[in-house]
Amino acid sequence: MGEWRATNAYMEGPDISSISHVTLSPSRHNHVPGYSLPLSRSSYSVISAFCTEDNVPQSISYLNQELAVLGLSMCIEASSAEGASLKAVPVLNTMYELLQINKRNMCALEEMEKEQLKKLSTLEHIQISNSRLKDQLELSMREKSGLHETERQLQLKIKTLQSCLKTEKEEVQKLQSIIASRASQYSHDAKRKEREAAKLKERLSQLLVDRKERKLAIDVLNSLGRSDGKRSMWKTAKLSASHESEMYKTLLGDYETSRKALILENAELKKVLQQMKKEMMHILAPRQQSTSGATAADDSQEQVESDEEKAGNTSREAFDHSCELAREQLLNSIRQQWRKLRNHVEKLDQVSQVHNQMESNKETIPLETHEDEMERMRQEVQQCREFIHAQQQLLQQQLNTSFDDETAALLNDCYTLEEKERLKEEWKLFEEQKKNFEKERKNFTEAAIRLGREKMSFEEDRAAWLKNHFLNATPFANRRRYSSSDGQSALSVRSEPEVRMSSAKAKRSKSPTYTTFSTPKPSRSSPVPSTTELYRTLRLLPDGSCSKHSNRGRWLETSTVEEGHPQIKSNLQARAEHRRRKNRYYRSALGKRKRTNTQRMSSSSNLTTMKKAVQQLRFEASINRVKVSQAAVDLQQFCLQNALQDPLLTGVSSSTNPFRPQKVCSFL
Amino acid sequence: MNFSEVFKQSNHLCKVSPDGKYLATCVQYRLVVRDLSTLQILQLYTCLDQVSHMEWSSDSLFILCAMYKRGLVQVWSLEQPDWHCKIDEGSIGLVSSRWSPDGRHILNTTEFHLRITVWSLCTKAVSYIKYPKACQKGIDFSRDGCYMALAERRDCKDYVSIFVCDDWHLLRHFETETQDLAGLEWSPNGCVLAVWDSCLEYKVLLYSLDGRLLSTYCAYEWSLGVKSVSWSPSSQFLAIGSYDEKVRILNNITWKKIVQFEHPATIDNTKAIVYKEVDRRPAVVSDELSLHNITMGSTLFSTQSKYEICPLPVQIPVVKPEPDRANPKIGVSVLAFSSDSRYLATKNDNMATAVWVWDMQKMSLDTVLEHTSAVRCVMWDPRRPRLALCTGNSKLYLWSPGGCVSVQVPAEGSFQVQSLKWHCSGDSVILLGKDQLCLCYMDTDYEEK
Repeated sequence: MGEWRATNAYMEGPDISSISHVTLSPSRHNHVPGYSLPLSRSSYSVISAFCTEDNVPQSISYLNQELAVLGLSMCIEASSAEGASLKAVPVLNTMYELLQINKRNMCALEEMEKEQLKKLSTLEHIQISNSRLKDQLELSMREKSGLHETERQLQLKIKTLQSCLKTEKEEVQKLQSIIASRASQYSHDAKRKEREAAKLKERLSQLLVDRKERKLAIDVLNSLGRSDGKRSMWKTAKLSASHESEMYKTLLGDYETSRKALILENAELKKVLQQMKKEMMHILAPRQQSTSGATAADDSQEQVESDEEKAGNTSREAFDHSCELAREQLLNSIRQQWRKLRNHVEKLDQVSQVHNQMESNKETIPLETHEDEMERMRQEVQQCREFIHAQQQLLQQQLNTSFDDETAALLNDCYTLEEKERLKEEWKLFEEQKKNFEKERKNFTEAAIRLGREKMSFEEDRAAWLKNHFLNATPFANRRRYSSSDGQSALSVRSEPEVRMSSAKAKRSKSPTYTTFSTPKPSRSSPVPSTTELYRTLRLLPDGSCSKHSNRGRWLETSTVEEGHPQIKSNLQARAEHRRRKNRYYRSALGKRKRTNTQRMSSSSNLTTMKKAVQQLRFEASINRVKVSQAAVDLQQFCLQNALQDPLLTGVSSSTNPFRPQKVCSFL
Repeated sequence: MNFSEVFKQSNHLCKVSPDGKYLATCVQYRLVVRDLSTLQILQLYTCLDQVSHMEWSSDSLFILCAMYKRGLVQVWSLEQPDWHCKIDEGSIGLVSSRWSPDGRHILNTTEFHLRITVWSLCTKAVSYIKYPKACQKGIDFSRDGCYMALAERRDCKDYVSIFVCDDWHLLRHFETETQDLAGLEWSPNGCVLAVWDSCLEYKVLLYSLDGRLLSTYCAYEWSLGVKSVSWSPSSQFLAIGSYDEKVRILNNITWKKIVQFEHPATIDNTKAIVYKEVDRRPAVVSDELSLHNITMGSTLFSTQSKYEICPLPVQIPVVKPEPDRANPKIGVSVLAFSSDSRYLATKNDNMATAVWVWDMQKMSLDTVLEHTSAVRCVMWDPRRPRLALCTGNSKLYLWSPGGCVSVQVPAEGSFQVQSLKWHCSGDSVILLGKDQLCLCYMDTDYEEK
């Protein structure tokens, strides 16, 4: 190849060189191609090398030409005229240039190769994808054919269904015709039967009239007068005419009343219509003024219309009795009004649509603005943070630099000043409360002391009285004394330990456990009115029913539904609950009294106790009674309810027991 | 509420005189007339046989006692106890007897509806009306007592004859466009006559007094049609109950349907209240009631019941009618307007335990009363919007717009209320048992409160 090229170059060399000599390299005036060509030919023709001794200048020129073609400005120059040797520098330069070019070309070639590889791979890829697509296409084609198949099937089904429907319809028609024929047959038969029956009836009546074995008769003692007192009239044409007229009168009367009702209703409706009209005009009018700019022409038209209507109104009022005219006008005016209203509504709709669009536009904008706003806010927050940070730093610096104790304290105080003030206020309040408490305590102690004293005096009195009695009465001193003390304590169950307690430890009464423990006390504190109330309240529940029961022997109401008023029910329930709670209190008091009664029964027949007992009994006798069954049920219920709280059943823990045995107390 | 003693009666024959002063009851062949205020027996009449029908004349002076088996009618006078009247229909038989509105004529329908005999007590005259139709309600007097409408059947065609009650003058005679006329009814103002076809065809015709056809109404075809028809006391509405479990209300101007009331098995109308009767056994008494019961004496009644308001939706028990039976138990059979036309009470036959009360002002369902057993009789108070009903047990049920109540009748033995009738003043109700009756006096004073 190299050879061929070389020869080729050699063969064409002179022509090209001659051309290049003329056209491309006018600057190389020093070349002498005329004699260099024959030189090279002569020297290297035999061994067919490019350059021989002979054709050095030719080859040089040829190379120069070649280089010029390659765009290199350097040229090889012969050092001597014969050109046996060359100048080294340009040759080397050109060599270098050529090498560079070669390298560059190689690079380019490499790149090209790479490119080609890439291209090949992409081609492959494309081919693969192409095949895949082909597969897909095939698949979809198959699918399509499947769908076609199903469609065809469905169509077939539809066809069959349609045919079914047709047959069904035919069936229905057939059945209907059958029904109709049967019905006609039935009616025909029925008619025949009826005729027969009628004939039979006729015959029967004939027979009955003919036989006359048991005559139908009326047997009246004396005939009555007519209910209206008049005598009956002969049946005449006049009478029938009067009947007719009577009938028409009633009919007319009915029509009159219905007409009146209708007129009234009509008037009402007219009124309503007028009002509606007015309101419509009222509604329409201000809008017209407001939107006068855009729809001026429309408005004027509308106004004209409304003017017309007004005229119509007046005329209608004038011709109110002439129905036709009024109706026409009314209809016209209503139509006009309606048209106006519709226009108005349509306009409103349009406006609202536009508005909506605006709104929707706005809605898109706010998102951006919102984000902007958010960003701004964040920035602001950041700024604020920085600001605060700077401030803190400054403060710290100040503290560090001018480290004054006072200022530091002041600064520290700054944070807690408010709190301190608040605390001070609270402190004040607290102290006031404390003072109050102290006062109350003082009062309490004083009261307790007074109570102790009174108790002491009472004890003394009692001792004196007992002594007196002891001296006067029977020798059963111990027993009586015991009983008398019992009698004294008859009013309360716990009076004995209480007395002991209070005398010994007056101050203990303040303890909360004690106050909570003596819950029955309040009921005892107001015994007389509360007991009567108790009975009243106890009686209250059955009160209504009982009284009604007695009043009306046979009154019985099994149930009532309270007219769908749950509030009343709940109210009643609440009241009942309240009453029950009250009752519990009273019942407890009652129970206690009973217990005391039994105690009294067992005690000796002391005179004073007897007196007291009599008094008590009288008092109790004056109280209204409840049935034992009821009371028993109540008591039982109460007991069961309060069993858990009963210290007698559950016991009292010694820590909360104010009545635990005292060490010091010894009674002799 | 007070209850009287229990009296004997037979055949549910017990009627209060139109003026509200007397109570007539039949016990076998005896007719007892009592003063209603004292319940003392005023008169005692003895008829020839067991009485099968008894009726007061409009002026409360005479009582008609019909003995269908014998074809006899006896009339008694309250003022003249020795006055008597006996009408013998002879061998032609008797199936129905009634007073004319003036109280001086008696209309007897003979067997096989051969004819109607009109007997005059004034003139002893007798006149016949031929071809009366044997149907559900073939004869009706207008409210003012002027006219009588009579359904007739001649030559397989339905006719209506309108008579003037004064002298039995035939005023109008016209053919109706019905297949098989089932009934007719005057509007309360006496100007419109509603005529309806038999249940095979839904057809309601409205005729004017002079025989003009005002309107025809047909809601649907083919399936069973009209079951009951009722005018509102104001003549404003005509309610038509049909076999499709619906009530249709027509207006009196255009005679078109205003509204249609349905009777669904599930009530979910939030505006309606459903009261359900709940049995309350004394064994399951809570603590709260025990005290109450001790005082009341719980031994008196065995089972108590009360109405409870049911939360919606409510399912009402439905009995499916047998398809192969004639006259299926389905459809609206009872329609009753309250005296002020404000409410309409209905009963659907396949939901026999429920009574529906409709508000005619709102045109909607107002209340449903559901009971433990089938409702036997529903009656409105003639004065107030108050409904009394019975279900064949020993309780009386009352409804008013304010609420409802069930009351045990405190009679010895078993007194089962089969039917009831209001006194015309609305102050008392007559409860009819199998062969007993009992008066229930309403609280009259609560009205004034």
